[in-house]
Amino acid sequence: MPQITMRDALNQALHQEMARDERVIVLGEDVSGGAGGTSGEREASGGIFGVTKGLLPKFGEDRVIDTPISESAIVGAAAGAALAGLRPVAEIMFADFVGVCMDQIYNQIAKFRYMFGGKSTCPVVIRMAMGAGMNMGPQHSQAIYSLLTAVPGLKVVVPSNAYDAKGLLIQAIRDDDPVIFFEHKALYPRKGEVPEAAYTVPFGEAALVREGEHVTVVAIARMVPFAERAIDALAKEGITCDLIDPRTTSPLDEDTIIESVQGTGRLVIVDESPPRCGMASDIAAIVGQKAFRSLKRSIIQVTPPHTPIPFAPALERLYVPGPPRIEAAIRQALKDEDRA
Amino acid sequence: MTFSVNLSKERLLRAYRQMKLIREFEERLHVEIATGEIPGFTHLYAGQEAVAVGVCEQLSDSDYIVSTHRGHGHCIAKGCDVGGMMKEIYGRKDGLCHGKGGSMHIADMTKGMLGANAIVGGGPPIAVGAAIACKLRGNRFVSVAFGGDGSANQGTVFEAMNMAVVLRVPAIFILENNGYSEHTGAAYAVGSRDLAGRSRAFGMPAECVDGADFHAMYDAMGRAVARAKNGEGPSTIEAKITRYYGHFEGDPQNYRAKDEVAKLRVTMDCLKRFRARTEADRSVPQAELDAIDQEAVAQIDAAVREAKAALPPVEADLYSDVYIQY
Repeated sequence: MPQITMRDALNQALHQEMARDERVIVLGEDVSGGAGGTSGEREASGGIFGVTKGLLPKFGEDRVIDTPISESAIVGAAAGAALAGLRPVAEIMFADFVGVCMDQIYNQIAKFRYMFGGKSTCPVVIRMAMGAGMNMGPQHSQAIYSLLTAVPGLKVVVPSNAYDAKGLLIQAIRDDDPVIFFEHKALYPRKGEVPEAAYTVPFGEAALVREGEHVTVVAIARMVPFAERAIDALAKEGITCDLIDPRTTSPLDEDTIIESVQGTGRLVIVDESPPRCGMASDIAAIVGQKAFRSLKRSIIQVTPPHTPIPFAPALERLYVPGPPRIEAAIRQALKDEDRA
Repeated sequence: MTFSVNLSKERLLRAYRQMKLIREFEERLHVEIATGEIPGFTHLYAGQEAVAVGVCEQLSDSDYIVSTHRGHGHCIAKGCDVGGMMKEIYGRKDGLCHGKGGSMHIADMTKGMLGANAIVGGGPPIAVGAAIACKLRGNRFVSVAFGGDGSANQGTVFEAMNMAVVLRVPAIFILENNGYSEHTGAAYAVGSRDLAGRSRAFGMPAECVDGADFHAMYDAMGRAVARAKNGEGPSTIEAKITRYYGHFEGDPQNYRAKDEVAKLRVTMDCLKRFRARTEADRSVPQAELDAIDQEAVAQIDAAVREAKAALPPVEADLYSDVYIQY
C-alpha cells in the first residue's frame, strides 16, 4: 500500500469527492490563491498547507472558490449553500480564526436542523488547521476541538494519521450533518499507508491503536503518535497499555473507553486542549460516572497548562505534552495512591 | 421581468392580500401577546409590509430569502403557511418548526424560506451562500438577504456584501431602514446615515426607495432581479420605512416622540397608499380590496383559534432533530 502524508491523504479525499459529487464545492482563503495577482499564475497557493492543491485546475473557479479574508462570510456562505442543496467544504485557515466566525458556527449551522423542526439539512464541512509545535504563537496554535465539541448539533473530527484523515474527511463530506474537521498542522507531513481508492471511516468509532493490560491511554490527534512512543518504550519493561484514539470527539465512542477501563482500572487521558472544560476533563467525568467501580486509582489528565500558547520555542516545548510526560503519567497511573 | 405598470388586476389583488394578511397577523399578535398566552418575545413587522411583499412578489419558490428577528412579514410574503406560523409562535407541536424555533426562527425550505434569524447580521452571509448555489445553477434564481439599519452596522453584513461582489453572485440585499436599531435611532447609530451609499462603496448598485410604496419596491426589486439573473451580480435596496410597534412587544418605545407612530399611520401607511394609488389609476376596484380586508381578518382569526387549541410538543421532541444521525 502506498505511503503518503496526511496532507496528500486529505488532498486525495477532496479530489475524489469533488469528482464523485458535483454538489461538493470548496471555499476559503487562498484555497487556490493567485486571483488578482500580477503573476497571472492562477493556482499560486493550493492552500497554505497544500491540502487543496490541484482542485482549481481540475474543477474550476465556480467550485473552488477563493474568498476574501472574511471568515463569517465563508462559514455563512457554506451554510447557505448547504441549505440550498450543495455540499460545501469550507476552510478556516487556522482554527484560532473561529473567533471571528463563531456566530455562524454555533448559532447558525449547529442549530438549523433543530430550530427549523427537522426540515433542513446542512451538510457543511469546515476544515481547520490546529495545534501547537511550530512556534506560531498564541493566535495560530490552539487546539480548540473541546470548545466546539461542547456545541450540540456539530460533529467534531480529530484525525491522528493519514489513513484516518482520508476516510474521515470522505465520511464528513458525505455526512448530512455539519462537521468540524480539525487537522493538526504537525501531522500534515507524517506518512502512513493510505489506499488509493476512496473509503470512509465511520464517526463515533474509536481506534484501538495499541492493546495492553495495565493502563488505558486515551489520546487525541497529535497526542496519539506521542502516546505510541511512550507506550512502546514502556513495553520494553513489560508495561502494556490500551491506546485509544477516539478519532471523533462528537460523537464520542464512550463504550470503547469504558470497556478498556473496566479491564485495566487505570486511565491516562492525553489532550492538547486546555485543562479546564476540555476533552480530558470531559472523558474523565464520563468514566467517573459510568465506570467508577472499575477504577483502581484516580484518573490522570495530561494536558497543557491553563495558559495561552507561548511563542518562544523554549516555552512552547514546555506547553505541549510530549512522550516523556505521557510516559511519566503512565508510570504514575501504575502506582496506587497514598490514601492517607 | 415584470414591472408594476404591467401587473394584472389579479396580481395587484394578490399583493394587497399579502400585505393585509401580514398587517392583520401582526395587529392580532399585538393583542394576543398582551394576554400573556404567547411565550417568549416577538418582534412585529406592522408598517413594513410593502417591503416584504414588493420584494417577494418578484420571487418564486425556487428563489431564496433569509430573514431577520422581525421576520413574520417575510415569511408570509414568501408563502409560508399562516396557520403553521401562528402555531409555531404559540409553541405548538405542529407549528412550522414543531414549536422548536418560535417567532424568530420560522423557516420553510419548500418555499425557499431559509429561516428567520435571531442574530442581527447573521443572515446575509447565509444568503450569499444560497446565491453561490444559484450561480452554479446558471443564475436562474436569486437569493435575498433581509436586514435592517441595525444589521447594517454589523461586520458580517460588510463581509457578505464584499464577497457577493467579488464572487458576482445573484444576491440582493434589502436594508429595511425603519429608523431604529432596537431602542437607538439610526440617525445616531449609522455614522454616514446613508445605507445605500455604504453598499455602493462595496461596488454594487444601490437604490434608496420609499418602503411604504409597494409599486416602487416592486420595481426596484425587478431591476435588482434582472441584473442578478443577467449575471451582473448583487444589488442593494435601502427601503425607508417605519415600524408601528416597538423593537419587541412590550417595548414602551420611550425613544419615540409621543405622536410619532400615530402620524406615520396616516402619512406612511402602505395599505392606504396602495388604495389611493389603485383608486387613482383605476387598476383595482376598491370594493375588492374591502372584501380582502374581511377575508384577512377571518383567516387570522381562524389561525389564532387553531393555534390556541393545538397541542404542545412532547418530551421526545426535545431530543429529536439535533442530528440526522449520531
